[in-house]
Amino acid sequence: MMTTEEQTLNEILTLAAQHFKVSRDKLRPDEDFFKTLNIDSLQALDLLTRLENHFHVEMPDYELQGVTDFRTLASRIQARL
Amino acid sequence: MDQFRGKALSWEVSAGVIELALHREPCNEIGSLALHELEKFADALSGMARQAHALIVHSTLKAGFCAGADLRELYQRSHEMEKAQAVAGVRDFLERIHRVLNTIDGAPLTTIAAVHGVTFGGGFELALVCDLIIADKMARFCFPELRLGLIPGFGGIPRLKRDLGNGVVRDLLLTGRSFNATRAHAVGLVSQLVAEGEALRAARATAVQLGKFDRRTAIAAKKFIKPIPHHELKQEIDLFCQLFVEPAVEAGLRKFVESTELQPYLP
Repeated sequence: MMTTEEQTLNEILTLAAQHFKVSRDKLRPDEDFFKTLNIDSLQALDLLTRLENHFHVEMPDYELQGVTDFRTLASRIQARL
Repeated sequence: MDQFRGKALSWEVSAGVIELALHREPCNEIGSLALHELEKFADALSGMARQAHALIVHSTLKAGFCAGADLRELYQRSHEMEKAQAVAGVRDFLERIHRVLNTIDGAPLTTIAAVHGVTFGGGFELALVCDLIIADKMARFCFPELRLGLIPGFGGIPRLKRDLGNGVVRDLLLTGRSFNATRAHAVGLVSQLVAEGEALRAARATAVQLGKFDRRTAIAAKKFIKPIPHHELKQEIDLFCQLFVEPAVEAGLRKFVESTELQPYLP
């Protein structure tokens, strides 16, 4: 069954909350995840690798240049599922 | 010297295995201090190789194996000098690091890079001198140098071309994108893909296996299959120095060093 973009978004939020040890309820789809998660670019790469492993996709990191919110991130991943 | 504890790295020999640990925050950037200690290691290696059959290179830092050259030091030093003097300094640095990496590349023992996390630029090139790369699934490999107007300078292109197809080199080099460990394993760069945090354990297990073989045969096999591309390595240094004087390099380095952006590691 095809995963919807909303399901992808939910999985990203859950994974980010678990890994960066923040409450899932505090994460909002349109928020800046660098600020919400308090992460730098190295940690963003770590998140990217976790997402690639979780969704079994390969995401060239230049596609994430300028992406700062979970919803856009979800759409980028969805495009490669 | 069978044991050393430095500021950037440490090593020790135990049960026929040399373990070289990188441990300089933030992510084992290779500047003059790391180079000096790597030279000490290269000098000690032939002595240690008489009592060892394997070398494992790994990082004790959470961020990763190695983020590459120390760009802040490179920028600051080259900024304080005249152009010609800066290029001479860069050439000297490259020739010294090449001597170290060539020594590890051709060392008469089997070498393993146990990598995790960021394995970028010079860090990737350090892993590439090893005979085997064992990666945990969180490792990422990248040649980000084109973002700075440069090419990899620590021997990365000739060694990756030696080990893999030219197409993989072009993909990494010309896009500046990073590969995750799964992709690196699929293209043959990584010999073993293991769970997060398991690379060093897997490397140690492999080192035990390597100890079962006749030493002279293992050395002969390595020498036969793994020639050092000396001519291309020299060409790489020349091209790097040629590019280093271009305005794009100063602009690229300044952008990286002075950046307050949250994404300097993203292309």
